Amino acid sequence: MEGKKIKSIDLATQEMLERAQKENIKTSWDRLEAQQPQCGFGQLGICCTVCSMGPCRIDPFGEGAQAGVCGANADTIAARNLGRKVAVGASAHSDHGRDVAHTLLLLAEGKAHDYGIADSNKLKELALEFAIDTNKAEEVIVKELAQKILAEFGRQEGKLTFVKRAPKKRQDIWKKLGIVPRGIDREVVELLHTTTMGVDNDYKNIINTSLRCALSDGWGGSMIATDLQDMILGSPQPVRGKVNLGVLKEDYVNIVVHGHEPVLSEMAVKASKDPELLKAAKEKGAKGINLAGICCTANEVLMRHGIPVAGNFLQQELAIITGAVEVMMVDVQCIMPALQEIASCFHTKLVTTSPKAKFPGVSQIEFQAQNAYEIAKKIIKLGVDNFPNRNKERVNIPRQEMDLVAGFTKDIVHKILGGKYRASYQPLNDAIIQGRLRGLAGVVGCNNPKQKHDYFHTALVKELIKKDVLVLQTGCSAIACAKQGLLIPEAAKEYAGKGLQEICEAVGIPPVLHLGSCVDNSRILTAASQVIAQGGLGDDLCDIPAAGAAPEWMSEKAITIGMYFVASGVFTVFGASPFATLGSPKLTEYLCAGLEEEVGGKFAFSSDPSEMAKIMIEHIDKKRQALKLKPMMYE
Amino acid sequence: MMKMLYYDIKKCLGCKSCEIVCAVAHSQSKDLFRALKEKILSLPRKKVYKSGDKNFPVSCRHCKEHPCSDACMAAALTYEQASGMVLHDESRCVGCWMCVMVCPYAAIRPDLKSKIPIRCDKCKDKDEPACLKACPTGAIIWREVNEENIHSSNKTK
Repeated sequence: MEGKKIKSIDLATQEMLERAQKENIKTSWDRLEAQQPQCGFGQLGICCTVCSMGPCRIDPFGEGAQAGVCGANADTIAARNLGRKVAVGASAHSDHGRDVAHTLLLLAEGKAHDYGIADSNKLKELALEFAIDTNKAEEVIVKELAQKILAEFGRQEGKLTFVKRAPKKRQDIWKKLGIVPRGIDREVVELLHTTTMGVDNDYKNIINTSLRCALSDGWGGSMIATDLQDMILGSPQPVRGKVNLGVLKEDYVNIVVHGHEPVLSEMAVKASKDPELLKAAKEKGAKGINLAGICCTANEVLMRHGIPVAGNFLQQELAIITGAVEVMMVDVQCIMPALQEIASCFHTKLVTTSPKAKFPGVSQIEFQAQNAYEIAKKIIKLGVDNFPNRNKERVNIPRQEMDLVAGFTKDIVHKILGGKYRASYQPLNDAIIQGRLRGLAGVVGCNNPKQKHDYFHTALVKELIKKDVLVLQTGCSAIACAKQGLLIPEAAKEYAGKGLQEICEAVGIPPVLHLGSCVDNSRILTAASQVIAQGGLGDDLCDIPAAGAAPEWMSEKAITIGMYFVASGVFTVFGASPFATLGSPKLTEYLCAGLEEEVGGKFAFSSDPSEMAKIMIEHIDKKRQALKLKPMMYE
Repeated sequence: MMKMLYYDIKKCLGCKSCEIVCAVAHSQSKDLFRALKEKILSLPRKKVYKSGDKNFPVSCRHCKEHPCSDACMAAALTYEQASGMVLHDESRCVGCWMCVMVCPYAAIRPDLKSKIPIRCDKCKDKDEPACLKACPTGAIIWREVNEENIHSSNKTK
């Protein structure tokens, strides 16, 4: 059983993998093994399936074919393949944003009566940004805002409204390069167009179009999702919670929400407290209803309600293997097709809710914003009714659970650091200027069974905070670090450098701040823009002593996030596998070096967390020097 | 008893995974991503060809009758009775390409950069050839053969 330790550093995961092996249940780790060896052409990005003259492959060793049937070389093929992934990643985030905007419109029209405006300050802020007269009645403002935001998706000319949130200098760079995002859907369609047979053959131009598409996600779709969710469901506040499979409870009806869009899971939170359902649960012999989350849905309900997190991406199968889950309710993105088969080994009912994501043979209870609460109740009821079917002898919940603090947003960081009466980023900027803090790092992204589960996230974050870098996290990366106890204020004393420790102790924050789900990476962009607006750290995002990383990435969405960070001037390091571009040395060189001259940001790839930390810190130090900041206080 | 490589051409999809793994196995770093950055690029010792609607990998058969070693003027290519393998002493090779011309299977190819012929060495330092596990459909077979029928089994199945 040594294998399990190679697979994950997380004890709960190791325990469940052992159980899976005993019961001969296959997980993603087994399937990865069965997939070996993976295709070299695919890994290098030089297999082209765009048209039916192919599929064509470029010989990476230079001896065989160096061009596809149409004449496309390795550079064109690898760039087109990458561009298509960027378009898909942007589509995922932006389509999520569209659904939230659509809910807002229904709400304004009085058709989504289960929702309201939870944060009216946010409504005012957004109304001002979208040039809506705030003296009008709230319903009118909401409706106008919903229409204007939905129009961002179909916009054909000009620029997305949130582009104005970026520092002026950044906007000028985008303008000069011709990559200002015009409309959310337009950028995706245009990028896809340029990658079809016989359109864009210049790898640099394909990357430029990809950057623009990615910007329409980061400063468009994702930002809309974050801001509207905060407005409708409430802006997060610091909140305590618990994480890891140990949050599933033996005597309770366990409902796991998994996926990405919080609009339905928010109702599930409410329904799990419904007296009628609680009564039914007790009648079935349960002590109550326990809701827990996986992936970004988990982060959403954690941020707003402190709902416990059962685990990150690679733990979705393992949650079912505990034998204690009555219903796993899923919506869109990162939901493994394997769940259905695993659920069939237990009493667990898998319920799909999105018309966009169905599983053959799995019952679908379709979500509609119009009667959201009723639908959520129906799903929870299914779980309650399923409780007596649980085979108690097969219940095996790992004990591991860890405390965490989440719920940080750009506004919260603002308030915590500046104080309630003089909310400001100045203390943060000062800390960096004085050398108490080295800088900021965003560590985000997925899990990937190719990497030891959770190890890369936690090893990297520990190195960063030791060197006085304040770490901002989202997604499955935040869950990984939370499980290892890095998201509690006490972690500062144990792991952080002296300067960061002082700050954490003074304001009572953990050294690692959980900002939410993967669409909430947009919070990092807006926070960074405000840091620049505050002054003292340069006049563009690329001036801030900061870096980003996605150490265990796997999703196309991660590539798009990387692209919009790089396009916003951030040095971004990816772990696991490099993007499938190594078959084109020129393209790889452009991503890892050439881009910096154009946008101020670039990529790096590394499969060693210490190396990642080293290059991120070197970059942060380079930026400190460029700003002529004081030397680090405690070095 | 010795082992030979066979190919089930009904199963070969022509994906060329065996070619890639072969080149990587004969590189300095033995790693795909790093192999591409080496000064002299490693080359695959086997090639997948197509004839009609059939794909088939071609690699050195280590023939009992070995025109390549007969043609080698520098005695760089020799047949080793004990292992049933044609061995290549690269230090003796003069790069005349005679072996390339006489091979009946076209299984010896000239590496124009390093100026030596390259051919399958059955990954002789390893337990089995690297290509074996690389094949996603199991079209590559690594099987023991009897001394008596080496000659008849030299033909690709």
